Amino acid sequence: MRPQDILMPVPAGLCCKPGGFHIDPVRPVERALITHGHSDHARPGHGAVLATQETLDMMRLRYGDDFAGSTQAIAYGEEIRLGDVTVSFHPAGHVLGSAQIAVTCKDTRIVASGDYKDARDPTCAPFELVPCDVFITEATFGLPVFRHGDAAGEVSKLLASVKLFPERAHLVGAYSLGKAQRVIALLREAGYDAPIYLHGAMEKITYYYQERGIPLGELRPARGVKKADLAGTITLAPPSATSDVWTRRFPDPVTAFASGWMRVRARARQGGVELPLVISDHADWDGLTATIAATGAGEIWVTHGQEDALVHWCKTKGLAARPLDLVGYGDEDEGETAALTGEANGGETTA
Amino acid sequence: MNRFAELLDRLAYEPGRNNKIKLLVAYFRDTEDPDRGYALAALTGALSFKHAKPGLIRDLITERADPVLFGYSYDYVGDLSETVALMWPKAELPGHNNPPPPTLTDVVTTLRTLGKAELPAQLARWLDELDETGRWALLKLVTGAMRIGISARLAKTAAAALGDKDPHEIELMWPGLSPPYLDLFAWLEGRGDKPVNRDPTPFRPVMLAHAIEDSDFANLDAADFSAEWKWDGIRVQAVSGRDERGHIQARLYSRTGEDITGSFPDLAPSLHLPGAIDGELLVLRDGRVQTFNVLQQRLNRKVVSPKLIKEFPIHLRAYDLLGDDETDLRELPFTERRAHLERFVAKLDDPRIDLSPTVPFASWDELAAARADPKSAGAGDDADAVEGVMLKRRDAPYLPGRPKGPWWKWKRDPHIIDAVLMYAQRGHGKRSSYYSDYTFGVWTSGENGGDELVPVGKAYFGFTDEELLQIDRFVRRNTTEKFGPVRHVVHEPDQGLVLEVAFEGLQRSPRHKSGVAMRFPRISRLRWDKPPREADRLETLERLLMSMTGN
Ligand SMILES: [Zn+2]
Repeated sequence: MRPQDILMPVPAGLCCKPGGFHIDPVRPVERALITHGHSDHARPGHGAVLATQETLDMMRLRYGDDFAGSTQAIAYGEEIRLGDVTVSFHPAGHVLGSAQIAVTCKDTRIVASGDYKDARDPTCAPFELVPCDVFITEATFGLPVFRHGDAAGEVSKLLASVKLFPERAHLVGAYSLGKAQRVIALLREAGYDAPIYLHGAMEKITYYYQERGIPLGELRPARGVKKADLAGTITLAPPSATSDVWTRRFPDPVTAFASGWMRVRARARQGGVELPLVISDHADWDGLTATIAATGAGEIWVTHGQEDALVHWCKTKGLAARPLDLVGYGDEDEGETAALTGEANGGETTA
Repeated sequence: MNRFAELLDRLAYEPGRNNKIKLLVAYFRDTEDPDRGYALAALTGALSFKHAKPGLIRDLITERADPVLFGYSYDYVGDLSETVALMWPKAELPGHNNPPPPTLTDVVTTLRTLGKAELPAQLARWLDELDETGRWALLKLVTGAMRIGISARLAKTAAAALGDKDPHEIELMWPGLSPPYLDLFAWLEGRGDKPVNRDPTPFRPVMLAHAIEDSDFANLDAADFSAEWKWDGIRVQAVSGRDERGHIQARLYSRTGEDITGSFPDLAPSLHLPGAIDGELLVLRDGRVQTFNVLQQRLNRKVVSPKLIKEFPIHLRAYDLLGDDETDLRELPFTERRAHLERFVAKLDDPRIDLSPTVPFASWDELAAARADPKSAGAGDDADAVEGVMLKRRDAPYLPGRPKGPWWKWKRDPHIIDAVLMYAQRGHGKRSSYYSDYTFGVWTSGENGGDELVPVGKAYFGFTDEELLQIDRFVRRNTTEKFGPVRHVVHEPDQGLVLEVAFEGLQRSPRHKSGVAMRFPRISRLRWDKPPREADRLETLERLLMSMTGN
């Protein structure tokens, strides 16, 4: 069977005909397999949803109890037979509960990796390499200028700034699912043990991380705290909030933004960021290319992001590669990014 | 270097003045000598070394990266130095004893003395050793494109704040200080005496010009600028002052602040009034400026013999006055400094020192014409020593370094192509009886497979009166068709007139069939000797266009 007979892009998303399901569908379908909880991958209104427990929980938090007709949780490594194919979920290292989905039909295995990163993250299971014949990779940071470096170094930049400006508040723009919790965990690892403040939109999901046993130290809502008391503190907020009237409650705030896009100055300046922190939920160029090579896949399908450059790289390495035209991805928290960068084309993503 | 780069990076994003000062003070406090001194020099524009061309940076990356990936990356990032800094491949250095990254001091002191040929390899080594931000700052520094977003004044204010001093105190002593400012920092930290500006003839960091690009003119108003010839000599600063006993001392500095007084003993007596002149060192014979080749024979001589002095009489052509006696004029607008200069030179009344004349113009086209033909635009017999024009904003103070905007240099280094005369039109006024406006073309592949000429521009000056007569005669005898005032002139591979056309720049132009438009084209020679088939092709212009817009 040809790989494209197992999985093929259709307007609703990646469709597996022999298995009777879609992966991360952007339109309501009968049966959906969801890689992770970001809103561009996990949408409400499907008939049946198969995902990790964490992803199901996050969808419930976000969309309410009846976000799908029925749900089924699958553990990492567990195999489930669906129609003519076998599927299994494997850690993607992207956010808590994120998974790559391996679809095996006869002796052909395709791995749809969703969003992934191979860098260390104390808030989720590390990326697992799944050998396969066809590897479907994202390309959010698919240019060699994107090398994210050590996230701990970026966090120490933030802490140095807090030390230098004790009379100012530090606002860190970070996506509310995954990035915010990772920044908090990294701050704790760096020895920062003061309370960390949260924008209201961050609270539910962050407390959920704590419930799942991720230690994040003392967290407080920023709401209701006196302005003067916020001097010298760190607050996590969705990126859109950092350019909002909401910031007026903070004393002379330093606006930071934790994102892989912060690597490029024009992007950081565009958003009016004063302290760019290069911390990404996605693999950087070195991560993408190393992962592609390590899967052993002879064929690479490249989706959402800088497909052209990554496809070119694959070809120079003798790999069959093509861009996979999937629409609707890469706009998690679209509103947030649009507000921050002044772009509303949806080409932005969780980063 | 990484620490300095971090500072620059942070300053670039921080909008608040007081916060910038705080960042600077923290840097000065936490950084050792002499690094912080060189940083202060970089921030105040007091560093000078020969800058690397963007082409060199591009070569470095294309040797190391897939050109397709570089192309995608450059498109995305939009800045050459930043693209290279970000995608520079991680060095695979042998063993574990990687050299420590260079300090700012390493970089500055090395660049001062490094030969041009050694620059690429040295840059590559540094790029291997630095992190992303360090590489970015290094490339900005060596290409002279560092835009820090703070003024020299702010940097000095921050230095003053380090020692809780009044910034004005630093301004006053500044001319007597030089990088890495060890005495200044010692005083600021209470470890040393206040540096006194005892030097009666201090060097003042010079103001440099940016090369003007075609696209710059659109945003510039001719009325805001004053123009003067760009002399092909040596930029110098001639400083006179009174020593403690009231005697006049004179010193001549190169533009980098090197004391070159000893090489020009014949000029020193002419500097008999206290002041600081910015000007061009030239050799004049019988009142005529000699070419750079002549001047060169007076340079780098160990012994300055009376014979040499006599054969190569030195001259200072003054174009700015930075100080008049004790008064610092640098904060004044150019027009006011120019007025001071004119009075100063008149008072000097010395045959070895004169004023660089201004070039009157009302529009950029007029100035372009003057620049194309300095001889008839006032430079007269000195035209051979003119290498272009300088544009100076009338309202600009004298700013050390190379600030973008106030000063531009517009060199006379035209591009040349051989084109074929295609159409001619009668001129206006005095020229109304002559065919003096010419449309010319170059070869390109036609639709039917053969070559055809495509018009690429029009020129109506650059030729001598005699040449105008010759072309006019040629046009009248070789007209193939007439359309009103326009004549089609024969332009076949073996029949026609080849014009050598000089021009200043190229732009893409959808309005022209060729897709390119020339800036200030003019006829530089008539190539009666050349058959039209040997004229240039459109591809040559396309390539030139790529190389002009490519970096
Ligand atoms: Zn995601």
